[in-house]
Amino acid sequence: MAMTDFAVAVDDARDRGGPAQPLLTVNGLKKHFPIKGGILGRTVAHVRAVDGISFTVRKGETLGIVGESGCGKSTVARLLMRLIRPDSGEQIFDGDPVGAPRGITVAEMRRQVQMVFQDSSSSLNPRMPVQNSIAFGPMAFGEKQADAIAMARELLVKVGLNPALFGGRYPHELSGGQKQRINIARALAMKPRMVILDEAVSALDKSVEAQVLNLLQTLKRDLNLTYIFISHDLGVVRWISDRVMVMYLGEVVEIGPADEIYRNPKHPYTRALLDSKPAMDPDHRREEAPVSGDPPNPINPPSGCRFHTRCPFAEAVCSAKSPAIGMVEPHMHVAACHMQDLSSGHTKAGMVLEGTH
Amino acid sequence: MSTNLVEVEDLSVNFVTRESNVRAVNGVSFTMAPGEVMCMLGESGSGKSVTMRALMRLLPPKRSVITGKIRVAGQDVLAMDEKALRRMRGSTVSMIFQEPMTAFDPVARVGDQIAEVVALHRGVSHKEGRQRALDLFDLVRIPSAQRRLDAYPHELSGGLRQRAMIALALSCEPKLLLADEPTTALDATVQIQVLILLRRLQQELGMSVIFVTHDLGVAAEIADRVAVMYAGRVVETGTVRDVLRNPQHPYTAGLLASTVHDQPRDQELKTIPGAPPDMRRLPPGCSFAPRCPKMIAECNAGSPPPVSPAPGRIVRCIRTDAPAFA
Repeated sequence: MAMTDFAVAVDDARDRGGPAQPLLTVNGLKKHFPIKGGILGRTVAHVRAVDGISFTVRKGETLGIVGESGCGKSTVARLLMRLIRPDSGEQIFDGDPVGAPRGITVAEMRRQVQMVFQDSSSSLNPRMPVQNSIAFGPMAFGEKQADAIAMARELLVKVGLNPALFGGRYPHELSGGQKQRINIARALAMKPRMVILDEAVSALDKSVEAQVLNLLQTLKRDLNLTYIFISHDLGVVRWISDRVMVMYLGEVVEIGPADEIYRNPKHPYTRALLDSKPAMDPDHRREEAPVSGDPPNPINPPSGCRFHTRCPFAEAVCSAKSPAIGMVEPHMHVAACHMQDLSSGHTKAGMVLEGTH
Repeated sequence: MSTNLVEVEDLSVNFVTRESNVRAVNGVSFTMAPGEVMCMLGESGSGKSVTMRALMRLLPPKRSVITGKIRVAGQDVLAMDEKALRRMRGSTVSMIFQEPMTAFDPVARVGDQIAEVVALHRGVSHKEGRQRALDLFDLVRIPSAQRRLDAYPHELSGGLRQRAMIALALSCEPKLLLADEPTTALDATVQIQVLILLRRLQQELGMSVIFVTHDLGVAAEIADRVAVMYAGRVVETGTVRDVLRNPQHPYTAGLLASTVHDQPRDQELKTIPGAPPDMRRLPPGCSFAPRCPKMIAECNAGSPPPVSPAPGRIVRCIRTDAPAFA
């Protein structure tokens, strides 16, 4: 199999709707995990991990998802891959509903959507040479072993590893950054159109992280990929993303173009998150924390706007009524906050948030 | 020299097993004045946590070989017997860790755990220990402190658990607090709260803090001085301003350049090529030479001696006069 096969493969017979049709549309995605308790093992409560979220991902873009632990960002990734089943909600991949009659099957969707996880060691089989790990997916879909291995070695070149040196090695013989390159190569082996990167660089050292980020950008360009990039690192997300979605306790609080979000955040939580980033300047240290306390427990999230318990602008309306994010057009910058809605009854409706920096 | 709280001279730690000899720390020297905050900055495996544990002699004695000199508050730490170590730990030097869940006993109430430490070290009753725990919870600004004393560790949120661990570490008023990545596992909005808390406590109590981190931003928030570690050596020290604004060692410069903060999206990130060395097989000369853009043949001849380009700055590089890292 020649190198050019990759370039051909991505210029793609699988593209159905043309460039204007979003590659992925998600409507009302919801997952509540039951908590069993008592001697009868009844369901006593639900973790509302993902609570009715909607967004779109356009072809060729990178959508960054940021949020703190427990906000549901990893659950979203797992739901999109159907590693767990959603309770409700619709997932449309390039015009085809996933797992629905007259849509595409989950298996077919998984050929086109691949995932890279945070922990580079535990996601590789320790008893398999890395080139066999990369070849495993294509072989499972009927590729001959010799062809699959040849392609795996080509992919090793693509991710910057010498196949003669690294192909036959086992995961424990590689560093964290090298293992993550293998994981990326394995995801690419299925020739996906979309790659979901769940904290894929978070465990790497800073000097290695930058190498992998550059690699991801190069691959995206060369192979015409679309990324969903999940991270808690705001700096990294800003650098890699075209658009950013901010999540808090299972809900989308703000979504929009990356620079817009970072320059003019509309939601107080986004503002607080940005202001919590340590300053890189010892002469301008942060004197006050932007918000106090920890994120609340997603088992019993606060009523109304879920951020109202920590929000400096909270008023009566915020605990009474849940703010709607409205219709999300792909290019728009919107936030689920009563201050964004002039008719909400919030006294500061229409106000522009000012940062401490 | 006796004015220094901490004096570490030529500290080396080797982990010896049948198969290999891991040289985790290779000749680290530094001093600290009372009331100073120093950040040990480095990537995983650079030896920063091992240096911390050596300061408290927390390394497994059978497998680790420690050489060099460590003096804390005038006492020779490496010469201490078990009894002296127990006295030093907690009351002179105390430590907080990245993961508070593993530092607490999961089946005892946090208030009782703190009270036990106070009772043991101070020889007071358990009741007085509980009172001290309550004061400490107020000190670290835990809301509803009285109620939280009766909580088990798993009942506290990440931020509160970290505050409780800080309270435990401060229970015997240590002169030196060792903080090993205490904010790394916390969420962004909680991390800044804990950083500001630690900075305030340090100023209020006047203690010295050695803060281990891999995050340049955290160092900028909290440190007076920075010691950058690479492959078990301190490659550069100086005030936090000098080091972050005008790095002299190519590794520090590369680390600063490759950290993502608001670079333009259409440009590639600057990177340091390669990966940190295998600590079992360190290169003969400067350990950074294989990745260094300023490398010359002499770099491989031997470990570079410390040079001081400006007062208070020490750099282990023979190429500090070469043009800046691009």
